Amino acid sequence: MAYSFPEEVLEHVFSFLSLARDRNAVSLVCKSWYEIERWCRHRIFVGNCYAVSPEIVIRRFPELRAVEMKGKPHFADFNLVPEGWGAYAYPWIAAMAEAYPFLEEIKLKRMVVTDESLELISKSYKNFKVLVLTSCEGFTTDGLASIAANCRHLRELDLRESEVEDLSGHWLSHFPDSCTSLVSLNMSCLGSEVSFSSLERLVARSPNLRTLRLNRAVPLEKLANLVRHAPQLVELGTGAYSSEIRSDTFSSLADAFSACKQLKALSGFWDVVPSYLPAVYSVCSGITSLNLSYAAIPSSDLVKLISQCQNLQRLWVLDYIEDSGLEALAASCKDLQELRVFPSDPFGAEPNVSLTEQGLVSVSEGCPKLESVLYFCRQMSNAALIAIARNRPNFIRFRLCIIEPQAADYLTLEPLDAGFGAIVENCKELRRLSMSGLLTDRVFKYIGTHAKKLEMLSIAFAGESDLGLHHVLSGCDSLRKLEIRDCPFGDKAVLANAAKLDTMRSLWMSSCSVSFGACKLLAQKMPRLNVEVIDERGPPDSRPESCVVERVYVYRTVASRQRLDMPDFVWTLDEDSSMRYS
Amino acid sequence: MSAPLLGVGGDEYQSNITLLDSSSLESVCQNGSELKERNYMGLSDCSSVDSSPLSNTPEYSPSGLNLKATELRLGPPGSLSLGRHSEHCPVSSAAIDEKLLFPLHPLKSLVTGNKRGFSDAMNGTSEGKHLSASEVDAVLSPRHSLNPIIKASKEVSPTQPTKVKDAVYQGAALEMPHAPTESRPGHFAAANNNYASAPATKAQVVGWPPVRQFRKNTLASTSKNNEEVDGKASTGASFVKVSMDGAPYLRKVDLRTYSAYQGLSSALEKMFSCFTIGQYGSHGVSGGEMMSESKLKDLLNGSEYVLTYEDKDGDWMLVGDVPWEMFIDTCKRLRIMKSSDAIGLGEFIFCS
Repeated sequence: MAYSFPEEVLEHVFSFLSLARDRNAVSLVCKSWYEIERWCRHRIFVGNCYAVSPEIVIRRFPELRAVEMKGKPHFADFNLVPEGWGAYAYPWIAAMAEAYPFLEEIKLKRMVVTDESLELISKSYKNFKVLVLTSCEGFTTDGLASIAANCRHLRELDLRESEVEDLSGHWLSHFPDSCTSLVSLNMSCLGSEVSFSSLERLVARSPNLRTLRLNRAVPLEKLANLVRHAPQLVELGTGAYSSEIRSDTFSSLADAFSACKQLKALSGFWDVVPSYLPAVYSVCSGITSLNLSYAAIPSSDLVKLISQCQNLQRLWVLDYIEDSGLEALAASCKDLQELRVFPSDPFGAEPNVSLTEQGLVSVSEGCPKLESVLYFCRQMSNAALIAIARNRPNFIRFRLCIIEPQAADYLTLEPLDAGFGAIVENCKELRRLSMSGLLTDRVFKYIGTHAKKLEMLSIAFAGESDLGLHHVLSGCDSLRKLEIRDCPFGDKAVLANAAKLDTMRSLWMSSCSVSFGACKLLAQKMPRLNVEVIDERGPPDSRPESCVVERVYVYRTVASRQRLDMPDFVWTLDEDSSMRYS
Repeated sequence: MSAPLLGVGGDEYQSNITLLDSSSLESVCQNGSELKERNYMGLSDCSSVDSSPLSNTPEYSPSGLNLKATELRLGPPGSLSLGRHSEHCPVSSAAIDEKLLFPLHPLKSLVTGNKRGFSDAMNGTSEGKHLSASEVDAVLSPRHSLNPIIKASKEVSPTQPTKVKDAVYQGAALEMPHAPTESRPGHFAAANNNYASAPATKAQVVGWPPVRQFRKNTLASTSKNNEEVDGKASTGASFVKVSMDGAPYLRKVDLRTYSAYQGLSSALEKMFSCFTIGQYGSHGVSGGEMMSESKLKDLLNGSEYVLTYEDKDGDWMLVGDVPWEMFIDTCKRLRIMKSSDAIGLGEFIFCS
């Protein structure tokens, strides 16, 4: 081709494309572009580890440096996916250890990672830099010790919210004295105490340390020492924030904080003693992110703290903040973009705090940049939702959890269809929606009609008939992930919209009304969908086909539909068109 | 309620109520019954029923029927009103029957609380499909004898939400679909006051509310810590037990809510006055309100009682010797002692 650019030039051009979406588009232009692009792609994101196999990835992209991957479906966070379902990292780690000796980054979410995997990582990649394990499980602190000991150039070790079997805090001491490259360390999910002197020395010899998130076992008295060694910190997660009230501890802490001119994010604050909160006041004006969602702080103290943080962009907090605190937030933090209010007593029968829909209304009124909300409360009304929608048409993420399933509008006793309808109608850029409360098929009609940019939808205890699901599947053009639990949605809607499922990452339905027969039919009709029937009652074909399955997880895949690691409660369609398990 | 509530599904609603008597426990065919209620989900059967023996305000109609207990409630699909079963509403056998018919049992347990109510079969309304009160009277046999059991009919097609678990109406109270204040079929009377929530303990639904395990664990241990640190400086509250000789139970006070001994002393007087009054009733005092404060103080400050505390070293000391701040730091528990027992504390009597 006399008129084409030399490969090097194209490669150079492509190097400016960072988004996977753009690179994917480029690789579809023609075969030569596909070839050039695949040789120079260094970063890959796999949204569902079963959508593709390691072999396929390695064959296509021989030069990867960074891999990011997600495993279990989102509802696994709430114990809806049985133990042993899958999402094992090891096959990927093992395959990549062979193929990518220069791999630098591995980021996994909701996957099962073993100590063997961690050891393999630590020994296979000479230049390994970044390990982020979000909501993962299956490993112990021994695995961490391997990483600490062997990854000479480790920059990031981030274990956010993973379930780690904590054998001892000794792993931290495995970082060799020569390791000075740490930029980010997040050990907040660990239980046991690490050697404080090891920790202190590690922090002291890491001049590039920007993020340090301690675990609860690090006492407040020691925090000042650590912070003093790292005044360049941008993100700090404290350990336990409680101690006997002593003025020397307080002043030492306050001094240490005042030296941190770059601090932007604070988190931790377990077991907080409010009297110590003023120690951070000196940094509040620079704080953009505050995670107090593990801190039981009364509303008045919260308000005092928050009103100092005029530049706050993100706040995660417990419902102790109450409506009054949220009103104060709305008044002081005009830059607020994201708010998450978590329940302090989610299983209590009665409300323990005075947090209602009014708090959210206040914030939606007062914070013009608010675009992302996760809100747990115990009552809601259509009027409030309509007001919120009108106040804030710029919502991108709106997740509302009314604690009582199917709770109606507490004022009118009607369903909350109108309220959520207003949300999707006004918020045209809405990408993620989680609904709760009493909802009929009507709300799904609104969603199908208006939520054209919606990518992820979570539904629980809602709807009346297949029509509801049909509205969503037929109307939401951008839908990628749909997760449903305990809704009367069944075969008709799923089968009628089978083709839609091919355009989505995944569909999860548990405790709904999808029959085994429909699952088989779907799998037969759609060869590129994996229809996993997850049912702990034994083989589905021992029951009539009309029998409803406990859970079905449908996802598109180019890998085999009979994944080798299926447990005995998962069934998929076999080549000879019968549902069986391997 | 006056106007029927439209708008929830509008015309798709039909409200029929199906009653089966106890003899048709096995029968799943509803052809024989006249009324069929569709709940708001368009299901042909009543799903869960709140057999609500825990209802705090049973409403008794003039005919002596416990109408409140007979409300039909709609719970989440597959729900059984597990949390609401009282001693006289055993469900086990029915639950087994259900399981045979509906192998799917998605909800391990059920959240109780404000569920939608079904329509008020009891209020005769313009919808002739409802049972009027008089019809109900006719149908109802004396309480405790009728056990209507409503099950989904097998004719329900697979695409219908078959997962609706029919709750079983059993037991003492006669259950009738009823929502006393609504007149409209399928009205979601979800207000809490209509439906008694199980008081302190709620049956939990798996994975609801959607709180991650890590957060749940942290919350649990945080609250435990807060309880454990009673009396320590770290929480800002300093609860200590207070016992009084002769009183049947102990109390707890938060020492930090008082700024001096006087406040503590008054509070204790108020707290334990009932016991004191009981003892001194023969002095012509009829009730707590009658006792004047001064007389109460005399009783406590007089020769009968002394206030003592146990300090960090385990020694019993007389209250009032050390500065208040030091006192609340060292005090582990309080005891209102009969002065006759206060030997060893000398003749010192805590009185002004």
